[in-house]
Parts: sequence; C-alpha cells; structure tokens
Amino acid sequence: MCQCCAEKKDIYLPQLATVADISQMNVTEKYLRLSMDDGMFDFLPGQFVEVSIAGIGEAPITISSSPTQKGGFELVVRKIGNVSGAIHNLRKGSKLGIRGPLGKGIYPVDQAKGKNLVFICGGLGLVPQRSFINYVLDNRSEYGDVAILQGTKNYDMRLFASEIDAWSKRGDVQMLETLDEGHLAWKGHVGVVTKLIRKVQTDLKSAEILVCGPPVMYKFVLMALEEYDVPHTHIHLNLERKMKCGVGKCGHCQINSTYVCMDGPVFRYSDLATLPEAI
Amino acid sequence: MSVKKITKSDFAGFVSALIQRESVIGVQAKGDRFDFAPLESAKDLRLDYDVTLQPPKKYLLPPMEVLLTYEVGGAYQSQIDDKKFILLGVHPYDVVAINQMDELFSQDNYDAHYMTRRQNATIIACDVARSSDHVFASSMGAAVVREGYDILLTDIGDSYLMEAATAKGNELLALAKGAVEADPAALRRREDIWTHNRKSLNKHELKCDPAYLPRLLAKAYKHPVWEERAKTCFNCGSCNQVCPTCYCFNVQDDVNWDLQTGQRTRAWDGCLLEGFTKVAPNHEFRKNRADRFRHRLYRKAAYVPQKIHGQIACVGCGRCVGACLPDIANPVSVYNRLIDDLGIG
Repeated sequence: MCQCCAEKKDIYLPQLATVADISQMNVTEKYLRLSMDDGMFDFLPGQFVEVSIAGIGEAPITISSSPTQKGGFELVVRKIGNVSGAIHNLRKGSKLGIRGPLGKGIYPVDQAKGKNLVFICGGLGLVPQRSFINYVLDNRSEYGDVAILQGTKNYDMRLFASEIDAWSKRGDVQMLETLDEGHLAWKGHVGVVTKLIRKVQTDLKSAEILVCGPPVMYKFVLMALEEYDVPHTHIHLNLERKMKCGVGKCGHCQINSTYVCMDGPVFRYSDLATLPEAI
Repeated sequence: MSVKKITKSDFAGFVSALIQRESVIGVQAKGDRFDFAPLESAKDLRLDYDVTLQPPKKYLLPPMEVLLTYEVGGAYQSQIDDKKFILLGVHPYDVVAINQMDELFSQDNYDAHYMTRRQNATIIACDVARSSDHVFASSMGAAVVREGYDILLTDIGDSYLMEAATAKGNELLALAKGAVEADPAALRRREDIWTHNRKSLNKHELKCDPAYLPRLLAKAYKHPVWEERAKTCFNCGSCNQVCPTCYCFNVQDDVNWDLQTGQRTRAWDGCLLEGFTKVAPNHEFRKNRADRFRHRLYRKAAYVPQKIHGQIACVGCGRCVGACLPDIANPVSVYNRLIDDLGIG
C-alpha cells in the first residue's frame, strides 16, 4: 500500500465479517468460524483480531485456526465480559466487525524450522497455541520433534477433545494431557500441567518452548523449566492485557515500555527480563 | 522567514480579521484563570496569560470524539472531523507537546482522526509574557520553541513581533494591516525575552539535564519514593487530565434511541485511574497505586522518549503540580529526590 493510501485508511474502522459457523464447546466457551465479507485476510499464527459488536464494543481475541487452513478463520470465546457475552449471542449468518490481524504473531514461525517444539498450554491457552500447532502439523516435515502439553481444570472444560485425540494418534506428536480434577470417564493424567514437563521425550534445552495459560501457570512453568536450564531466548510466552485500540496508541496494554498489541502478544522470556510488570 | 512588527491596536484588527476568516480558538480569562475557548471578539484575547487550565490538546484530541458510526448488523462509517481552525496563543511548552503528539499519532499506525484535525489546525504560538506559579519549562528545554508553529508572536511592550514559519502562516500574516518589517532593536528585544524565558520559567528546578532522566529512572524502579508519594494519591487522574502530553484513551460504543444506529467514541483515559488495566473478570494488572503513580512518571521520562527520539514527554507546563490536591504529582520534586538519593552518573 502506498503511503497516501495508508494515511487515508482509518485504523479504527472494522471490516464486516460473517459468522460461518458457531457452536457451544462447553459451559463457557463458544467456537466461531468467520469469513471476511471482502474475502481478504492473511495472518500469522499468534496474531489477534479486534472483534466488534456494534453497540457493545470491541475485544481483542487471538486467532485459533492456522493460516494453512482456508475458508475463513476461527475464534474461541469465553463468556466473561460484555463483548464476549454479546459474541455468544451471535448466530450463523450474523454480521460482526473485525480489525486486524494485529500484533506480531509468534516469533519462531520461521526461526523454529528444523527445531524441536514444545507447547505448554493451560486451559484456554490451547486456543491461541492451536494456530501454530496446526501450522506446524500442516508443515510437519519442516520441524523436529513436537510435544503438546495440555492441562485443563476438569473433564467438562476440555477443548478440542477430538482434535487432541487425532494429534495423539498421529505418531509424530507427543501429546500429553492432564486434568486438575479427576473424573470417572478420564483415564489419563491427573494433576497440574507442570507435572507433565518431565515426561517430555524431547531435549528441552534445545527446544523452542511456547507457553500460554493463566498468569499463575507461567510462574510454575518457568520454575520447572529452570531445572532443565532452558535458555530464556527459547521460551515464548503469550501475554494478556487490557486493550482498546490494538494499534499502539491507547496505552492500556503497556507493560513498562512495551505494547502488547504492537510487540506481542507473544514474547520471548528473555525480552521480558527488563519488564518487571510482565509476569 | 521575515519577522513583522505590529502595534497592539493593529494587532487587534488582525485578530478580528482572523475571526472573520475562520474559527479561532484563543486564550481567554475564565474567572481568575485562563483557558482556550472559541474566540468571538479580539478584545477577549489574553496573550498576557500565565498558563491555561487545560492545554490546547483538547482541540486536537478532544476529551470525547466520535470515531465511527454504525448500524447494528451493518457497516461501520469513519467520522473524520475536517474543519479548519486557528489555535491562537499557544505557549512554547504546549507547542513542544503538540509536536510530540504529532509524532506519536503519525508513527507506526497513522491515526487519521488526530492527524486530520492537526493538519487543519493553524498554530499561532506566543512567547510567555508572565510565568505561572509552577512552570518549569526552562528545566525541560521547552521555554522557547523554534519549530512546530505557523506563526510565533512575541510581546515586546508596545507591539508584537510576528514570525511566520510556514506557508499557512505567511498567508495569514498578509491579513495583518499595519505590520512592518521588524527593526534590529525589536529583534534584539525578542532575543532578550528568549534569553530571559530560557532561565526564568523555572519555579521548580530540575537538578539534571532532562536527557539524563531515562538513565536515572533505569535505576530507580524499586526506590521507596513511589510508595511514599502514592500513599496520599486519590487516584483522581487530575495529573493525567491536565497534561499536554498524556494521550491515553478509552473507546466505547453507544446506541441511539432507535436501537438501530449508534457511534463508537473515544474519550480521554488516565493511567492513574483504577481500572485502567482491568480485564474481565476483574483482574487488574497495575493494581497498586504506587505502580500507577510510577508508571506515569516512567512514561514521561523513560517509555515515551523511546518513541520520540529521546525527547522527554514532560514539557514543564506545571499544570499537574497545580492540579494535584495531595501535592505529590510534581515531576521535578520526584526526579530531584531520585538524584539526591541515587546520584548522577
């Protein structure tokens, strides 16, 4: 885009999208597949969109599908605030506004080629990670070992259970899943996700490790990774903050000098060392 | 650019001509204080003011503005305010602040709402004729400005000097009847005023070169001053509200009575306010008052400078010092305390 066109464009103007599919995943989460009405949408794993519901507002939500998958993109939304509540009321064919993709996405998309990858996800943390997981699996030969660790609160809160099942059956992915609380129908691990780290067959020290989950999980995951001397440049954390504009102006998502919307939402742990507000 | 000299009575005629031509926002008395407001008559203009209650920022980034309108379920429409106007009587420190905002709103992602308004604004700056109670623009290097305005006015006693710095400024100066080329004595008088202002607009004196502040703050993050000061902070955000370089905003949707149409507005927000970093369900990332208090001063002298080529985002207007009820907001006293405790170098 030439400079004059870029300047005329309104960075706050959402483009219309249509809900191609929507379904309830569990008590609090809904799955949505959206397609842009103008058909244009290219993104990187880890990037997010500002979802607009006219009359309610905007909320930043990371894209859950991989860019390798054609036919729109997917979001998973937990009903937790005003905008997410309104998103839950949408139906197939509903119109909504989208700004984006925003953010830098995940750094190791290119840099991670040929390397071993370990995904550590807590609860809803699987949703954004899923974009890069499926991207890697669609380009499987370009990466080394892949291990996916998923920890979920309880059996009823599990997300993408059939997809996790498919990953575990592939043979070229080490899929480890645990529940915080046991359940009669659950035959797998019980306990927090950090307990799974020692079961990873890949050499953690040389792997790129991608972490996404609730803030409390980060502290324990980082402590566990310290035991393996994982270099901080290899650890990538997905951070959440309040966000309004998504384009580096409004100031809400600032962590010390860094803007989550512009420089994130995925950060190298080594880059967070100078940002005491990060974790 | 040439400098014109105009008598005060001819200058009043010039201001009237400006008012005839387009919308003029000028400094006027408001009770025993001053503020920028739409100027209807030249006699209301008060270029002898000390400081305005609000910086002229509010005419470039309004306290509340409509970004876009929508129909529920339909497309969104940008709403760009493209009216031309003149800001008359902007002090140098406020010009510096506007220059910084221009950089911040145009870099990375171009903000067409701010920038359109900015391009439609003609800035007639005016050298400070009377210092306010809390000004420290001299300490911040913002007592005198030589760029970022269209015309610069200087009160030299019986007349004004007018220097146009842009084509827009030159065009307006053509309306100034009775203006003559400034004589060398008048120009010397202006130099004297600048020399005086560079030293005297300094009711609070910073003990270091402002360029040193980012390095000072790099070692001050855990200093007790943040907690000590914040103990009496009301979280009122007055320091944010009156600051010419604060530009954080909130965005919200409103629906009209027909329940079919509405608008998305942005409104000033403040990092000192509770809830500034709060996400659903009720998690606040900068929960402690001391953290918010520190964030404001770090933004001014450590974070924003990284975006504007090292300039400090505090211009020394002193408005926050006067607006803060518990009297903790004064940046100079905080920075000086850090210098006393941590030293320079």
